[in-house]
Amino acid sequence: MVSSPLFELQDITFERDDQALFEGLSVNLCGGEILQVSGPNGCGKTTLLHILANLKSPSQGQILWRGETTRGNPSYLAEQAFIGHQPGVKLALSARENLSWYTQLYDSDTQLSIDQALDKVGLKTRKDLPCSTYSAGQLRRVALASLHLRDATLWLLDEPLTALDSEGINELEALFSAHLSDGGMIIFSSHQTLSLAQVGNLALADYSVSVQC
Amino acid sequence: MWQFIKKWFHRFGTPRWFYHTTSRWLPWLALVSIGLLVLGSIWGLGFAPEDARQGNSYRIIYIHVPISVLAMVGYYIMAAAGAVALIWKIKLADMVMVSAAPIGAAFTFLALLTGSIWGKPTWGTYWVWDARITSMLVLLFLYLGVIALNQAFTSRDTAYKACAILSLVGTVNIPIIYKSVDWWYTLHQPATIKLTGASTIHPDMLKPLLVMIVGFYCFYALLLILHTRVEILRRERRSSWVKGLIR
Amino acid sequence: MLAFRHGNDFLNPLLFFVMTTSLVPLAISPAPTQLAIIAPGMIWITALLATLLALDGMFKDDFADGSLFQIILSPQPLWLLVLAKVSAHWLITGLPITLMAPLLGMMLALPQDGYLPLIIGLATGTACFSLIGAVGAALTVSLSKGGVLLSLIVMPLYFPVLIFGASAVQRGVEGLDYLPVLALLGAFFTFALLTGPFAAAAALKVGVNG
Repeated sequence: MVSSPLFELQDITFERDDQALFEGLSVNLCGGEILQVSGPNGCGKTTLLHILANLKSPSQGQILWRGETTRGNPSYLAEQAFIGHQPGVKLALSARENLSWYTQLYDSDTQLSIDQALDKVGLKTRKDLPCSTYSAGQLRRVALASLHLRDATLWLLDEPLTALDSEGINELEALFSAHLSDGGMIIFSSHQTLSLAQVGNLALADYSVSVQC
Repeated sequence: MWQFIKKWFHRFGTPRWFYHTTSRWLPWLALVSIGLLVLGSIWGLGFAPEDARQGNSYRIIYIHVPISVLAMVGYYIMAAAGAVALIWKIKLADMVMVSAAPIGAAFTFLALLTGSIWGKPTWGTYWVWDARITSMLVLLFLYLGVIALNQAFTSRDTAYKACAILSLVGTVNIPIIYKSVDWWYTLHQPATIKLTGASTIHPDMLKPLLVMIVGFYCFYALLLILHTRVEILRRERRSSWVKGLIR
Repeated sequence: MLAFRHGNDFLNPLLFFVMTTSLVPLAISPAPTQLAIIAPGMIWITALLATLLALDGMFKDDFADGSLFQIILSPQPLWLLVLAKVSAHWLITGLPITLMAPLLGMMLALPQDGYLPLIIGLATGTACFSLIGAVGAALTVSLSKGGVLLSLIVMPLYFPVLIFGASAVQRGVEGLDYLPVLALLGAFFTFALLTGPFAAAAALKVGVNG
């Protein structure tokens, strides 16, 4: 891997209503690296991921992608994939329809078809059933299938492990390591620990100024 | 040049600077506004000539007209502050905006109230669906919307941005609303009730009115500054300089 | 991209529209002469309320299931996606209401000359409602009890549309020339179309951070 970091956080501070949530956060991430954001509830994990995804802007500091600011940077948006707390799946549509909406939204053309992506996350038999009949874990799998459909380099995943069974977690780990060996990067938040060897840990509590739980 | 202005804004737009500077201005501003208001009231109520048709009841314009003017100007002040807060992210501007909303709403309400008090002896009824009154009512709704939106958010940062956008959308709409209400009024009722327009007013009546308008402007500024100062203290209560003030 | 349309919530605003309008004769008077006077205004007011009813869900469902974030982060311009949302909203509210309006006009004894301005006016007017409403819906997207608030902040902005729309019908009924009024409404619509999606896109970025 090249040594120059692709993704740089420089001195990120986030204040909510004039009260700092975290302060002076600096991280560099190169291709093939994975970072777990951990910390107690309410310490700003989701907020940090929202900031990284460009949904919020930090109060101070900047985020660089390939040496350029991520703010209003279309090439950054094209290279990152974000999955939030909620899986972003429409319950009235089937898994296949959901993913076809997704691919059209992102104009993505990957080698994998929607069918193959759904096979990969173990939803072979339920592709055309409406998602309202799915369990929480299956909804999460539909969201993860969307990762297969994008060529994103950077994955930003907020609590990707929730509601997944142990088999699902194993599959996710396999997915992660495949992505990393392709030179991808992952930042995710979770309370659980993965058995992947190279997970770097970012304990957000170390940067917290005042933890309000 | 532009950089300089921006820097200047950021430096002097700090709540702390505002608080300290206005501390010096406030007594003078209070003095001027009270002085003008007292002078205007005495002049307007005591010495200005009686109106030929309306008698003494017209004298309410010395309160009604300035308040109505400020109710409208206040909305633009609020929207302008909102725009500044959105574009340059100046904290002070969003505090001014948040403070301008309730003051503006109060002025609009008073304008409606004094208008209807005036309406009773003049038109024989408290409420007429006149173009100006209706426009004022819409303005009151717009203000109340901003206030309600501001209170609905738990995060103040989101609240001010949302209010700024709403008031900007409102600003764009106000002229259209006014024009449409005007047009609607002429369509439904030929203008039988004509308000005493400023152009037809006698100079002797006008002079005290101008004094009152200037006085109310000062009064409005006074209220806005006071309200903003309260807002500053509330938000910066954890900062060292506010703690220093208390000590 | 317009796979947004699903479910059958498009029936509800329409039913609301029909039901509230049919309250009018019950509350006021079934006499055709009286109904004919208030028909233009009543139809417009109920149409306004019916569109307001469906406004709350314009972005809220997407916010609840997380797909709003995907929409904001997608490489497509946000205003275009907002415009798609607005069109979808109009297709499930404004369009059925417009199509249903002549029937209700008949039930409220609306004179014959009023139908054409009613239909044209409602088609443009409800589109204005959707466009302006999108800004309000975007601002209140993260608020759990945003429904009433949304009506409060949006309704004052609806005044011109209501005035133009209702008086176009009125003028039609009175045999006057209603085209200038409809032209004004059209101008307002153009203006809303050009500015609304951008304002709503900006509002959406603020609103999701509630």
